[in-house]
Amino acid sequence: MKSLRLPAALAALAIAATACSGGGGEEGGGTGQYPRAETLYTTGTAWSAPTSWNPMMRGGYAVGTIGLVYESLFHYDPVTGEYVHWLAESDEWVSDTVHEITLREGITWTDGEPLVADDVVTTLELGKIDGVSYSNVWNYVESVEATDERTVTVTFSESRPQEWMNWAYSNPILPAHIWGDMEETAVTDSANENPVGTGPYVYESHADDRMIWERNDDWWGVEALDMDMDARYIVDIVNASNEVTMGMLNQNEVDLSNNFLPGIDQVLNSNENVTSFYDGPPYMKSANTAWLVPNTTRAPLDDVEFRQALAHAINITEIVEGPYANLVEPANPTGLLPEWDAYIDQELVAEEGFRYDADEAVGLLEEAGYLDEDGDGFVETPDGEPIELTLEVPSGWTDWMEAARLIAEHAQEVGINITAEFPDEALLRDHRNSGEFDLVINNERQLSNTPWTYYDYLFQMPVQEQQTTVNFHRYESEEAWDLTEQLAAVPVDDVEAAAEITSKLQEIQLAELPAIPLWYNGLWAQSTNTNWTNWPSEHEDTPNSAPTLWNGWMEQGGITTLAEIEPVE
Amino acid sequence: MWRYIGRKLFVYLLTFIVAVTINWMIPRFMPGDPVQSMLSRAQVSDPEALEAMTSYYENLFGLNAPLYEQYLNFWAGLLRGDLGISVMRYPEPVTDIILGAVPYTLALLLPAILLSWVVGNRFGAFAARSKILDNTVLPVGYILTATPYMWLALLLAWSLGIVAGIFPASGGYSFSLRPEFSWLFISDLISHWFLPFLSMFLVALGGWAIGMRNMIIYELEADYANYLQALGAPRKLIRRYAFRNAMLPQITGLAVQLGTIIAGSLLTEIVFNYPGLGSLILDSLNNRDFFLLQGVFLFVVVGVLIANFIIDIVYVLIDPRTRVQMTGGSS
Repeated sequence: MKSLRLPAALAALAIAATACSGGGGEEGGGTGQYPRAETLYTTGTAWSAPTSWNPMMRGGYAVGTIGLVYESLFHYDPVTGEYVHWLAESDEWVSDTVHEITLREGITWTDGEPLVADDVVTTLELGKIDGVSYSNVWNYVESVEATDERTVTVTFSESRPQEWMNWAYSNPILPAHIWGDMEETAVTDSANENPVGTGPYVYESHADDRMIWERNDDWWGVEALDMDMDARYIVDIVNASNEVTMGMLNQNEVDLSNNFLPGIDQVLNSNENVTSFYDGPPYMKSANTAWLVPNTTRAPLDDVEFRQALAHAINITEIVEGPYANLVEPANPTGLLPEWDAYIDQELVAEEGFRYDADEAVGLLEEAGYLDEDGDGFVETPDGEPIELTLEVPSGWTDWMEAARLIAEHAQEVGINITAEFPDEALLRDHRNSGEFDLVINNERQLSNTPWTYYDYLFQMPVQEQQTTVNFHRYESEEAWDLTEQLAAVPVDDVEAAAEITSKLQEIQLAELPAIPLWYNGLWAQSTNTNWTNWPSEHEDTPNSAPTLWNGWMEQGGITTLAEIEPVE
Repeated sequence: MWRYIGRKLFVYLLTFIVAVTINWMIPRFMPGDPVQSMLSRAQVSDPEALEAMTSYYENLFGLNAPLYEQYLNFWAGLLRGDLGISVMRYPEPVTDIILGAVPYTLALLLPAILLSWVVGNRFGAFAARSKILDNTVLPVGYILTATPYMWLALLLAWSLGIVAGIFPASGGYSFSLRPEFSWLFISDLISHWFLPFLSMFLVALGGWAIGMRNMIIYELEADYANYLQALGAPRKLIRRYAFRNAMLPQITGLAVQLGTIIAGSLLTEIVFNYPGLGSLILDSLNNRDFFLLQGVFLFVVVGVLIANFIIDIVYVLIDPRTRVQMTGGSS
């Protein structure tokens, strides 16, 4: 077997080369292995290799950059509906338009510099750069000043506390001594390889398929908040296929998975080691609402009666029980999440809210003059034009594809000709943003501190050529937008005043149906209990926080969850 | 000889130019706009900021120039080794991403191709000698070579990876390890490498074994073999001559098969979630990352061309007849 030697040597060489190229000089001390007892394995947050740690690069940074490394002034607890002072020690509304925030004492950046009021000022000032996602704060912030070392005074040209507090808990404070003198393009475009933050974790290392965070032992929260992070390392695994994730869950190789896994209900029921928030359906908390978004600039979707008929035609129970196997719940007709119960006008909903009723849908269509004159089984417009609508959902989103097929079926049963189409996601996004669609499903707005974010999503004006984040349905109502702006101006702790406005908004929304709420997408979270335990659940003796490390949720309970979980001895 | 190589080089250069051009064209005719997808990830809604960012990125990716200029810029960048910036992994350069993935793919491909070829040939030649072996090797070989790469990979991942749990079924190395030059890490690397390697090795093995077995039988019935036998030469000697002659078509076969094998390796990588070029292609397709996609394809094309060229040269070296032909001699 003489001739085998060369290939064998080549193989060995190739493997050695792989090893060298992989070992890009990480100087992790000690052995090369993360101790299992101190390491938390998570997945379900990142969709591609981590390449940036720049919190200004929205959608581009490694998940955890905001929350684990960079922290915000406040956190928001959606369970109690309260703001938690985070970097801020206290805050006071001096008047309607002046908010005074005092920072905690003794917080330091990981490079040793102290956190000062100037950092907050600089962070807000950065919003004046094109391409920073929160540039719109300057629509209502007049000025921001550091009154002393630890006090920041924000003056508003227009009082919008709900909107402002949303900014304050979802945007991180950056160190002025690093970001203050940065070039504009670097602010939004640099990879920021050495993130200097104040948070409980720091960057450890990364590879194409993982992001590793190491505990910051000097974190201020250990003392100030009495929070202990038992996990010394967090290894966040970039999403692989559902099968791979499922296999890892079953073999306890991953501790927390924040992905929708079809068939997870069977695992939850059969494998005692894998748990979710609720023991029974829907298993998960709700995270956002999936809306059926009609293009209200196109006939016949511009007709309220037609939209009402469509809303009555959809048998949402069949979707929830079918493709979702009860992992989600049908949405309230207002679309507001269960956490916003206080803002829902129940009487109004009982009276005006739509529910599945095929006969009613047929009746509504007839009343509005949509009749099937040519006998093809589908109605035409009052002018006799045939109606052919498409409902687009991204190809590969299997649960949505199933749901879209069912919606099309239900609509056809009452005579509305809808067909489901599955274009590529990027293509769909182009269609959606430019208004070149009939119907899409969308769930981009998450649970937040205020239903204002949902009404902003439904009613924001003016409608532009490209609608990239909100109002994809291109619905225009001055009255509704006025009310939404009024809602932004309600003091944050005045739920009653807010509920009064939301009730008016619901009246418009239920009558006009700019978008039709379908179901609540879950806060997908399945955890294994072999190595880490005390996961949030409905039980009394466990924490109640959001069991997720999704982007945007760290400030809404994710960090609390990290502090609460305990290693199994 | 040099004229032969020169002619070959010219053909390869032509192939290269055509391949690069097609490679450049394909992503540009796909639906979807990479800049738009970057912007919607950035969640910017302010129209002025949106416009400013659109032009900034279009400029950065060179998408604002007319098509012919983009094409020329692409060539210019290519010659400098600059393949642009990835959209999916912005702001990482495409070249860096590819260089990170190439070692994994090579570590799979080289051993799989070379070992399967060598072992397959030996095995096929061996099988042609005995009736019992021939009756078993032949059907097994047919089954192996007819198995799609992906299918065998799935079978192996399921049986040896998940059910038996002997080898890890996905990834490049364990999530609990830091990359470093230690026995622990390297053994882990090898255990992750083994299943993807094995599935590629097995599929290729069948083809080579059958080919060799047929060639040997054919050669053994050739006149020179009969003549040698009549002269009373030992069987071993005859077989050695037959083997050497049978090798030649197998080498040509290798050149022909190379593209298929590489395509197979890309699929195998996807099944095993192995961090090589195959997984990169899938990711960049899903994320509309034109620049990364064309970079990876370019690498694959160049790889295939170089490998073919090497085989061409090897062929000249081992087959005296081609050498004689080239130097214009008559035998």
